[in-house]
Amino acid sequence: MTDQEIIELIDNTLANEFELNIDDMIPGAVLKDDLGLDSLDRVDMVIVLEKAFNFKMSEEETIRAIRTLGDIHNFVIGKKHEMQ
Amino acid sequence: MNRVVITGIGIVSCLGTDTQTVGESLRLGRSGIIYDTKRAELGFRSPLTGAIEGFSTEKVLSKKQRKTMPDFAVQAYAAAMEALGMSGLAPEDIQNEETGLIFGCDSSCIAAVEQVDLLREHGGSHSIGSGFVFRSMTSTVTMNLNTLLKTRGACWTISSACSSGGHAVGQAADLIALGRQERVICGGAQEVNWESMCSFDAIGAFSTNFDNPGAASRPFDKNRDGLVPGGGAAALVLEGLETARKRGAAILGEVRSYGFSSDGLHLSVPSLEGLRSAMEKALKIAGMEPGDIDYICAHATSTPLGDASEAQAISKVFGPKTPYVSSLKSMTGHELWMSGASQVVYAAIMARQGFIAPNINFKEPDEHSERLNIVKETVERPPRAVMCNAAGFGGTNSCLVLTFNK
Repeated sequence: MTDQEIIELIDNTLANEFELNIDDMIPGAVLKDDLGLDSLDRVDMVIVLEKAFNFKMSEEETIRAIRTLGDIHNFVIGKKHEMQ
Repeated sequence: MNRVVITGIGIVSCLGTDTQTVGESLRLGRSGIIYDTKRAELGFRSPLTGAIEGFSTEKVLSKKQRKTMPDFAVQAYAAAMEALGMSGLAPEDIQNEETGLIFGCDSSCIAAVEQVDLLREHGGSHSIGSGFVFRSMTSTVTMNLNTLLKTRGACWTISSACSSGGHAVGQAADLIALGRQERVICGGAQEVNWESMCSFDAIGAFSTNFDNPGAASRPFDKNRDGLVPGGGAAALVLEGLETARKRGAAILGEVRSYGFSSDGLHLSVPSLEGLRSAMEKALKIAGMEPGDIDYICAHATSTPLGDASEAQAISKVFGPKTPYVSSLKSMTGHELWMSGASQVVYAAIMARQGFIAPNINFKEPDEHSERLNIVKETVERPPRAVMCNAAGFGGTNSCLVLTFNK
């Protein structure tokens, strides 16, 4: 899976889960302010991403620090590279 | 004390998903009971259930909003929106501390089952989505509606088994009467799924007369053999009379009184005195005599003991000449937590549409029901003074007296 394919899967997964407009899924989008995702949505975000990429996101400190969609892209790409 | 009036009603039930359709079903004596093959496959004694057709939760609220709501909470929202639309209240009219929410609900079983399944399947809580905690509480209806409607007054759920809805409407009316709230959106909600009904099925409470599902629920009939579960959601907008008049609202009817009692006796066997006491209290508070009531919307669920007990209680209060009596559970099945509130909505629908609905499937009375003036065919005139009874496990009883003036 290329980095671009990972980004597309993340964007589609989150857009589907939270009924977001795919055009709003830009790397600079702030989860809370731009995409309307609150602390409860973050719980579900982790669940759907774990399912989509078949890995556990147990690094709570790192996940808590995520602010933007781009942060998620980088985190998941990093995880996938670690797994390879 | 303030007088309390009904300015809006809404409902989602096995008889329809709005008040107009439900009214047509009630007038025609149409049953909403089906044979559920899933329950049969799972080994239920009785696979009968009320079934809600034509209601799509996706059309009512977004995925994010529904995440914290079981289906019956979405149905409660839809019913509340119908009631609010009828009342003429704008969203900003209810976003204040004088508007409350009180619903009757005594379970949210399916969310609890699903979250435990997820934990067992994945070996930890990490796969349990954030919505489950809000979906699995019995107060899920009021907590979600409060967030969606942005009311800021009373916000709680009453759990009292099958009288939950009756007590919710009663307490809502009392809060307005006492001047504690100007208006309350109230009602009852009941989940329809096999998961929440298997233990009820296990105690042998359900009818096993399933050759003809529509004829299985037979309140007051000599050959009744148990109830049929149903559900959905019913909602009302109650307001102080003066508040309603000031804004020029159309008044559908008045909640004249709320009587309540408990049996203090047995978990599942109703006493002969509890419901009678609630009925007498309601009449006394309303300042009415038994002869002033022209229709009793009975609790009768089609169980041998329960119906006999209510029939005797009605006879004791009303004597040998009772008002019209019908149990609409003959069509809807027993709507459990919702039923006490749905009866009020059904009564208001009948008053608006000008008829009294029949107690279908009543073929032959027993020694107690032969003393009641049971409605066998639709009466083509509206009820004017209605008594709505509700009783629940543990012996908790509610009685509401309503009046409707055309």
